[in-house]
Amino acid sequence: MTIRWGSYKVTNLYDELLRASGKPRAAAEIICSYLRSLTDEDIEEVKLAADSAIHVMGISFRVYHEDEGSIDRDWPFDIIPRIIDKQEWVRIEEGLKQRVKALNMFIDDLYNDQKIIKDGIFPAELLKKSKNFLPECKGVHPPLGIWAHICGSDLVRDNDGTVYVLEDNLRVPSGVSYMLENRKVMKRVFPEMFEQYNILPVDDYPSELYDMLCQLSPRDIEQPEIVLLTPGIYNSAYFEHAYLAQQMGAEVVEGRDLFVDDDDIVYMRTIEGPARVDVIYRRVDDHFIDPEVFNPDSMLGVPGLMRAWQNGKVALANAPGSGVADDKVVYAFVPDIIKYYLNEEAIIPNVPTYKCINKEERDYVIENIHDLVVKPANESGGAGMLIGPHATKAECEKFKRLVRRDPRNYVAQPMLMLSTAPTLIENKAEPRHLDLRPFVLSGKEIKVTTGGLTRVALRKGSIVVNSSQGGGSKDTWIVDMEA
Amino acid sequence: MLSRVASNMFWMARYLERAENTARVINVNSHLLMDLPKTVKLGWEPIIDILSARDDFYEHYEQADEHSVVKYMVTDKNNPSSIINSLTEARENARTIREILPTECWEQINTLYLSAMQNRQSMLGRRHRYEALNGVIHFNQTITGMLSGTMTHDEGYAFLRLGRNIERGDMTTRIIDVRSATLLPELDHEQSAFDNIQWMGVLKSMSAYQMYRREMRLRINRLDVLKFLLLESRFPRSLRHSLEQAKAVLQELPRHDKAVVPIDKLKAKLLQAEPQSLKQESLHKFIDEMQTGLITITEEISETYF
Repeated sequence: MTIRWGSYKVTNLYDELLRASGKPRAAAEIICSYLRSLTDEDIEEVKLAADSAIHVMGISFRVYHEDEGSIDRDWPFDIIPRIIDKQEWVRIEEGLKQRVKALNMFIDDLYNDQKIIKDGIFPAELLKKSKNFLPECKGVHPPLGIWAHICGSDLVRDNDGTVYVLEDNLRVPSGVSYMLENRKVMKRVFPEMFEQYNILPVDDYPSELYDMLCQLSPRDIEQPEIVLLTPGIYNSAYFEHAYLAQQMGAEVVEGRDLFVDDDDIVYMRTIEGPARVDVIYRRVDDHFIDPEVFNPDSMLGVPGLMRAWQNGKVALANAPGSGVADDKVVYAFVPDIIKYYLNEEAIIPNVPTYKCINKEERDYVIENIHDLVVKPANESGGAGMLIGPHATKAECEKFKRLVRRDPRNYVAQPMLMLSTAPTLIENKAEPRHLDLRPFVLSGKEIKVTTGGLTRVALRKGSIVVNSSQGGGSKDTWIVDMEA
Repeated sequence: MLSRVASNMFWMARYLERAENTARVINVNSHLLMDLPKTVKLGWEPIIDILSARDDFYEHYEQADEHSVVKYMVTDKNNPSSIINSLTEARENARTIREILPTECWEQINTLYLSAMQNRQSMLGRRHRYEALNGVIHFNQTITGMLSGTMTHDEGYAFLRLGRNIERGDMTTRIIDVRSATLLPELDHEQSAFDNIQWMGVLKSMSAYQMYRREMRLRINRLDVLKFLLLESRFPRSLRHSLEQAKAVLQELPRHDKAVVPIDKLKAKLLQAEPQSLKQESLHKFIDEMQTGLITITEEISETYF
């Protein structure tokens, strides 16, 4: 008697599971009627089963506390899955492949011939302002011409049902292990559903990742030495680092485990002596990977790593400098980038974005700042951002000045109405906002995870989905309704 | 196997072993003092000497009374070998290699640390001390058993055994050194009943009492205790056993040629010296040599592998 879809409010927002109160979408009918059949005790039991599975499997993330240092917290998980029909997914998948392919061509071009600038599509001064453009990468040709081997793009759905790319993460995107673990938890909790639905599997990601990394090896050998470079156990994503390495059968290494010799080859220190490393899946940010070149105080990196990479003695995934293509100003150009390199229209649209560098668009932004979200180019996690509809007059005035003073550094977007999905809050289903982060692997082929990590803002009305700020996650089911 | 991981295994095992041995030493001393008349001066200072921590101790405490010494040995942050610090170190080492340890072993180590943190006050007071310290010992025994029963006996496990055995050898020599110094040393002296009790204490702090009785079937006396604790190759806490184990383990590892040399040397010295018949001063010198030897072994291991 607990979950009653009739009293679940579907307002002007798009809900992922229901098209109206009491009316599940076709792909969600089975799960909705199943959930409705559960008693309070059943739900309690299911929640307990999920919590204990998470605890026992040790799915955790690290949170920092000022007083207590850092602690591991169990991963917040919602048992109601997010469901996407395979027919819709296929199109999204195509769109992501197209997008990542073009972005990789763009990065390779920027560090080599810069044709896109010469052809007047991408303004040279934007590149000069980019914090993530690394001059050290100029002229480098990484294996297969690919820079961002692992990309996590954040997708959101607006109230008319359109799916947009909100941002691309081309540096060290995280979260894929939670996607994999969420599925394991769901299999334990709702085994019945996996019989009734044709849910596409997600668990081949680690082997796809491994295969892709192998393709990058500078040595043509059967079993290249692949390692995962982590900043260490205190990093908030360490669980994921250890998890992926374990799944791939690769070593987890820290900077101090590696060294670069005069021959520019990277070695790891093992009990059998130095062992050559071919591919490094690095989860350390660009500016920390090599104290010889970047931040000299970095204890996380490996002195000489850049020269080893520049000389093709080791492959780095993602390649240094890939971040140049994921700042918010470049984002605005992605549809043009796709058009330029592939001669195709973008399959998944960008959120309409006003580039303040263009006078007309800038004037529009300044006039309509109260309705817009204004974002600086290179900040992440919402820093330095203005949300017009929620801002005071003074804040809006301040941003008008900022935009006028440094137009290149700002873009603006209309405020999206993020879609919702039913989420269990004290044994009742309530709508909560969510997004989706699929992961795209680029090697000889481009592969997209089946679905991705759905992150949900557990606080009512909130659109902040980060786990450190009250966000949780859901399993994402791509279901084949025709099978 | 990564050198860092090997080193973490080694030190995790050493710190666990150290916490266990420290708990034993305190427990035995507590019991010993109850049995001895007030006139016999024994007290708590020898415990500080076992750790060779006299200077550091007196920097922080006025006198070596029961409360101060136990506090220093169990909870004091200034003492790098206090039980709490040892367990903290063991846990930190384990944490960095969490993905290599069997999950349940990591959980035990974590639980041991958490419960010691929780019980640290009861380890100080007399009333619950025995129980709380015994908890530390039992936890460790469980962890040892779990590791042996669930972890692949691979190189990682080899480093674990290496660490454990070297720490054991080290602690055994320390206990003998300090204890024999406070006892009436000379052989011709008629042993008092209290000497007997104290030698019993030495055995008990290494869980060696019962095994000694089975093996030696003799009244407890200095000569035989020393022989048993230093030379009995079948007793798992004797120095000889520790050395032989360490060598056997090393031989499973690659590139061990250099690392076994100091072990062979030390063992040869040990067998030659007939330490049981050494007088107090020479015994002290001999033990010093043994400890230096153990340090050299550790240095050679870390030189080769870490």
